Formats: sequence, C-alpha cells, structure tokens
Amino acid sequence: MTVFLIVIGMSLLTMIPRMIPAFLVEKLQFRGWVNRWLNAIPFAALGALIFPGILSVKEGEPSVGIMGGIVAVVLSMLGLNVILVVIGAILTVFLLPI
Amino acid sequence: MLQANKQENIGDNQVLKMIQRGIAVGFPIMIGYLPIAIAYGVLAKQAGLTLVELTMMSVFVFAGASQFMAVNMIAVGSSAIEIIIATFILNFRHFVMSLSFMNRLRPVSLKWKVPLSLGLTDETFAVSSLHAKEANEEKGSLFYTSLFLTAYFAWIAGSFLGGVLGEIIPQRLSDSMGIALYAMFIGLLVPAVKKQWRLALISIAAILINVICTSLLHMSTGWAIVLGTVLGGLCGVFLMREEEEK
Repeated sequence: MTVFLIVIGMSLLTMIPRMIPAFLVEKLQFRGWVNRWLNAIPFAALGALIFPGILSVKEGEPSVGIMGGIVAVVLSMLGLNVILVVIGAILTVFLLPI
Repeated sequence: MLQANKQENIGDNQVLKMIQRGIAVGFPIMIGYLPIAIAYGVLAKQAGLTLVELTMMSVFVFAGASQFMAVNMIAVGSSAIEIIIATFILNFRHFVMSLSFMNRLRPVSLKWKVPLSLGLTDETFAVSSLHAKEANEEKGSLFYTSLFLTAYFAWIAGSFLGGVLGEIIPQRLSDSMGIALYAMFIGLLVPAVKKQWRLALISIAAILINVICTSLLHMSTGWAIVLGTVLGGLCGVFLMREEEEK
C-alpha cells in the first residue's frame, strides 16, 4: 500500500513540471533572447548529461567511460549513424581488458 | 473523386512515414533503456517490491534515475514523503527541458503537446530536440509520439523482464551497455557541433558548471544538471542566432 502511495506521489511530482510548459507556451510569446536561450538548452543539457556522468559507467574506473566516450566521438566525427556509434561504444567497453 | 482519393493516399503515406521515422530515431534509446530497465527491475524486486508495483512505477513515473533512487530509499526504509520530495528535486530538470521542447513544438496543437510532455525524459528530450524540423512538418506530432512510445515501451518492458526473469543479459554485457546512452548523447552532439562549432561552447560551459556544482559545491546531481543546463544555455543567448535551424 505504501509503495502504491509512493508511486502516485512520484508520478504527480514528475508529471507536473513536465506538463506546465505545454500550457505556458500556449499563453506566452517569448522575446528573442529567451528563444535563443531555450534553443540552446538541448546543447547545454547534452553537455551536463554526458560529463561527469560518463566517468561512472564502471564504478571506480573512470577510464572505462572515457575510452567508450572517445570511441563514440571518433565514430560520430566519421559521420556514422547514432545507432552504430552506440554499438561501437558498447563493443569497446565490452572488449576492454578488465 | 479521384483527386480526393489521391489526397487521402498522400495523407496516409505521410502518417506511416512519420511513425516509421519516429521508431527508427527512437531505436537507440530503446537499446540504451533495455539493460538499465532490466537492472531496475532486478533491484526493485530485491528491495521487496512486487512485480505489479515495480512495473506500475515504470508506467506512471517513467524517469529512470528517480526510480533507482526510490527503490534504494524504499530498501533502507525512507518515508514516502522523503522519497517523493527527492523525486521532485531530481526530476525538476525536466521542467527546463520541457519548456525548451514545447517552445519548439509551438506549431503542434495543445492536445498533442500535453501527452507528449508526459513522455519527456533526458533521452527523449535530447533526441527529439536534435530532430526539431519535424515539428514543422505535416503530421510531425506523430513522429514525436512514436519516438516517445518506443522509449516508453522499452522502459516498461525492460522493468517487467527484470522483475520476472532477473538479470537475463550476461553481467559483463549489461555492464558494457552502461555506456549506451552516453554514446547516444555524444552521437547527437558531435554532428551538431561539426556544423556549428559555437554550439560546443554552450556544452562546455554546461559541463564546467556541472563539475563545479558537484565537485566543489557538493550539490546533488539533480540540481547540478539543472544549473548546468540553465546557466550553460544562457551562453546561447550570445551565441545562437535568432532563427537557428537546429
């Protein structure tokens, strides 16, 4: 029963912040600088999500994440499709001597 | 009459095309989510959740990091209120991401925007933001819907499988798959940066802020990502051009 309440509570407090912006953009028009800010958010988010999180791919061994990351950078520089970049990085970490 | 039929056919093709494209673009998220969701299922089972409870959490919450946290907190006997507040803090970054995404989605009607907003995670946000042009295409809402549903079903199915079967992916392989979502983020960022190097400055600023917040100021991951994203994004005010097709 408690778990059920926890799930409901978590669900509501996750849904509300996700949903409010859908209504906000219906009501508001943003100035140019706000639009530029919001359009930059994905690139900022990608940076913040990649690092330092990638260091903890394998606990206590940040080099594993770094190696996988380098391979991903190289493969995507070569213009490979995201799916191949992902598979390449997985294989790298898989084949790294432990 | 013939004309009308033709029109309808074109409409159907566009619907199918958008759904297929959404699934294809969402596929890397699926690969990344499955092993994590299975790991979540296993952990939740060990923490004492029933199969129904752990699957329901994935259905209703759909936010990986906070589900791991919740399950750990349940295992150590935290109160419901503590868990719910911690979830709110950890997931608050989705507000910022949703605002950015919904602003891109202005051409899409509210009745699509609301359900789409519920499917927003770090990963669905990152992928769909870098496929922003579909928002202006006909039936673009179907593209995002099928992309989000691909991720959503992978998450639910993985959680369920983890709860029923336990660790079905060999340990070493599932460890290696921990790199998948990071590789996906890199695979999204690099091509964009290659086109416009200025974008890299935004990401680097966000990384620096994130590192400062976690290492020097000892903030929680949730707040550090919020600050890195919001303040890093502010650099974009000076770096982005008005009608950037990104």
